[in-house]
Amino acid sequence: MFWRMLVGALVRQRRRMLMVALTIALGTSLSTAMLNVMLDVGDKVNRELKAYGANITVIPKSASVLKDLYGIEAGPGAAGQYLAEADLGKIKTIFWAHNIVTFAPFLENKTVLGQGGREVTLVGTWFDHSLELPTGEVAETGVRPLKTWWQVEGGWVKDDDPRGAMVGSLLASSAGLRTGDDFEITPPGGAGKERLTIRGIVSSGGSEDEQIFVPLATAQKLAGLPGKVGRIEVSAITTPENDLARRAAQNPKSLSLKDWETWYCTAYVSAIAYQIEEAVAGSRAKPIRQVAESEGVILQKTQLLMLLITVLSLIGSALGISNLLIAGVMERSREIGLLKALGATDGAILWQNLAEAVAAGIAGGGAGYFSGLGFAQVIGRSVFGSAVAVNAMVIPLVAVLVILVILAGSLPAVRMLLSLRPAEVLHGR
Amino acid sequence: MMSLLALRDISKIYGSVKALQNINLTVQRGEWLSIMGPSGSGKTTLMNIIGCMDKASGGTAILDGVDISTLNSQGLTAIRRDKIGLVFQQFHLIPYLTALENVMVAQYYHSMPDEQEAMAALERVGLKERAKHLPSQLSGGEQQRVCIARALINYPMLILADEPTGNLDEANESIVLGLFQQLHREGHTIITVTHDPEVAELTERCIILEHGRIADQRKSRPISGAGAGA
Repeated sequence: MFWRMLVGALVRQRRRMLMVALTIALGTSLSTAMLNVMLDVGDKVNRELKAYGANITVIPKSASVLKDLYGIEAGPGAAGQYLAEADLGKIKTIFWAHNIVTFAPFLENKTVLGQGGREVTLVGTWFDHSLELPTGEVAETGVRPLKTWWQVEGGWVKDDDPRGAMVGSLLASSAGLRTGDDFEITPPGGAGKERLTIRGIVSSGGSEDEQIFVPLATAQKLAGLPGKVGRIEVSAITTPENDLARRAAQNPKSLSLKDWETWYCTAYVSAIAYQIEEAVAGSRAKPIRQVAESEGVILQKTQLLMLLITVLSLIGSALGISNLLIAGVMERSREIGLLKALGATDGAILWQNLAEAVAAGIAGGGAGYFSGLGFAQVIGRSVFGSAVAVNAMVIPLVAVLVILVILAGSLPAVRMLLSLRPAEVLHGR
Repeated sequence: MMSLLALRDISKIYGSVKALQNINLTVQRGEWLSIMGPSGSGKTTLMNIIGCMDKASGGTAILDGVDISTLNSQGLTAIRRDKIGLVFQQFHLIPYLTALENVMVAQYYHSMPDEQEAMAALERVGLKERAKHLPSQLSGGEQQRVCIARALINYPMLILADEPTGNLDEANESIVLGLFQQLHREGHTIITVTHDPEVAELTERCIILEHGRIADQRKSRPISGAGAGA
């Protein structure tokens, strides 16, 4: 009898119930889209933000100590300590290896440009280096994937080109150098002059515009530091910092075992830096705070915006449902009064009416969920240029939200329903 | 023998309007009582109080030994469900359920739907062949007979009929009144609100309400022996 009455009521009010289902579908689709994007947006926004470069710098521990103790910006290698080039591959073997997007080593030395010319900084680095990892995988590293905003006139230097060099645009301009020109440099001490050919002019808008870039091996040879690097810049996808991460950044040893495990197994920039220090001998990995925190703030704000849209869409749905259900109760007041007169309890009437709303909710929620998946893909493609992963966690979340919206939307109708007196609606008293 | 219904000084006040004042009334088991009076005299208000659809502002109402004037909403619902059968002038059938299902609704909220029993109730009012029809496919008289079948299905102690023939033509009025007479002969206790003196004439006793008071009370015909003992 319950089902017969339920089906009968749904069929009789099919237009209203269709509107209820449609209202729920709209709210659900927006919620599904926003939640799916929100849960997937972390990686996507992070990847977008990787265009701003590295968020971790790895330097020799001694150089870091000098700065920490005496505030001396000694620079990498100044204390006579360097990092081993052989350890670079280990960066991609840490717990959060998949979050390391790319990295590049740097070895800087002062050199003299031309005959008795000005002193400039010669930077040895990897340009576009395929690094074979201990796991057998190959990682794409170097300044080309790391510093995507660099504008290069001419071409990039190949890592196996010992005579190739890239010159900063300001330096090239002041020294009258152009792509294809040969020039001579003299390392400190005056011995071992080297003739290089300009493959490209680099313009970054930073200090790089006054530097010369050569393959790492060339710089190591000129400096007499084979297998050494002075600094590594790492670009990693990270989770926004919270209190736990900030406490860990101060001193990881101060954390309880449970907190430490949570921190270590979360992709906080401080946790990734810590793990890099574990992997690269004698290193100190420091998050570049303004980049790391900006990424966190942008991500949090993006997620907050999506959460607000979700909440507002659900409130809108609840209000819409509320109006539709109130209209339904008003229209059916005689029928409800009759059922009460026949002995139906408030609970039985309530259950009957909620079942109608839930039936519309299931239909609307189902339709809304699948259309929401479509919306999520549209948002993913148009905003991030890639598909949004369908997150199974969204299904129970949306189910709970639909139930809450139905309950919240039903509340005014329920109040009206419970206050209906059979004498009033059947006899006008 | 204890009466089925006893009202003592029942009053009902809506704001400043005294709809009922000091109503004293006793209805014996098996009796058929009619309530008459002009519009606004308090007939429907009295019916609502007896039918447990409204509460009196003052006084005591005892139905089958239970003081219904002290019951809360749930208690009144239980009394309506277990002891009272309601027949309405407007029929009040659920439009999307068939005649049979409209009868079974009362069973559903009382105990458990029993299709055979519901069909027997429809057969009793002469509507077995129309059991699968929707209310919109039935005439007014047929709808009222479905309403009577629904009122009877849970074996109520008291049948309350509010203008049961008010919306019927002469032929259907005759059929419906015939059914009430039959029910009375079987021993059912019936209270009918009516404007129609001919309907009141069929009942055993008639009370006349005016301005919320019982203005007159008269016996229409002798109380039948069959009903008195039910």
